[in-house]
Amino acid sequence: MIGLSHYLTVSAMLFVLGVLGIFLNRKNVIIILMAIELILLAVNINFVAFAAHLGQVHGQIFAMLVLTVAAGEAAIGLAILVIYFRNRGTIAVDDATMLKG
Amino acid sequence: MTTAVFAFYLFAVVLITSAVLVITAKNPVHSVLWLIVSFFNAGGLFILLGAEFLAMLLIIVYVGAVAVLFLFVVMMLDVDFATLRKGFWSNLPLGLGVSAVILAEMVLAVGSWVPAEAVVMGRLPGGAPEGMTNTQWIGSVMYTDYLFVFQAAGLVLLVAMIGAIVLTHRTREGVKRQDIGRQVARTPAGATQTARPALGAGVDLRGMDK
Repeated sequence: MIGLSHYLTVSAMLFVLGVLGIFLNRKNVIIILMAIELILLAVNINFVAFAAHLGQVHGQIFAMLVLTVAAGEAAIGLAILVIYFRNRGTIAVDDATMLKG
Repeated sequence: MTTAVFAFYLFAVVLITSAVLVITAKNPVHSVLWLIVSFFNAGGLFILLGAEFLAMLLIIVYVGAVAVLFLFVVMMLDVDFATLRKGFWSNLPLGLGVSAVILAEMVLAVGSWVPAEAVVMGRLPGGAPEGMTNTQWIGSVMYTDYLFVFQAAGLVLLVAMIGAIVLTHRTREGVKRQDIGRQVARTPAGATQTARPALGAGVDLRGMDK
């Protein structure tokens, strides 16, 4: 029988993969944004798993709010990425040093 | 092994595998495509948990909007992704170390966690009130108890939309645009001129409202 701990394990692995993705692709903003999406997906799986196991719907509603924020974050992040590329001609994270004093 | 157990392991294994491929793929376009695969499988897990509405929402929002947005940006930017990949292997030991620590902490936390006495655990799938589908259940709670939270989510989306437009909008030089105010304010007195120029001489139009 599949229980709560199975879902929590999948979610923990997904979260860690997201963190690992940020570490591995330290220069590529696009992959970093995708890794953040993976992390938020892991959070959503946690919310829905707990909602199902408590027999409540509140977790699903919060998962929907996380989904909203994730969509907004992706839109804003990619917009910033596009203007950054327009100004600098690259998207490497370590080139973003214009604010350095 | 029942169908549900088989489906869980299928979705979970494909989800984790595609997540690994998202962060290790050499081509970012492949990363986006693997991201789509992982979202589909997360949707499958949601269906197994009895959250059908969220599963469909996940597929519509993520696969239909976010992933397409990513794909659009990846293909639009003319970036040499090979140079961005430098340092992938040198970052691997540190990344694996930190990830292992985080995973160990999570396993310890979940393993030692015991629900409180009053909490009823282990009802799977979650119980909607009788005769109510998952969508009706979410709606009946979200539009009553969580009304303000729902409105705040709408505001977040509005701000994100305006922000994205303001950030990426630019006025190009040398593009002729209609200026309705100038059109309406134009009068014959300012725009026309009666002239009787001498033979061979031109008319000076400087100072006229063009």
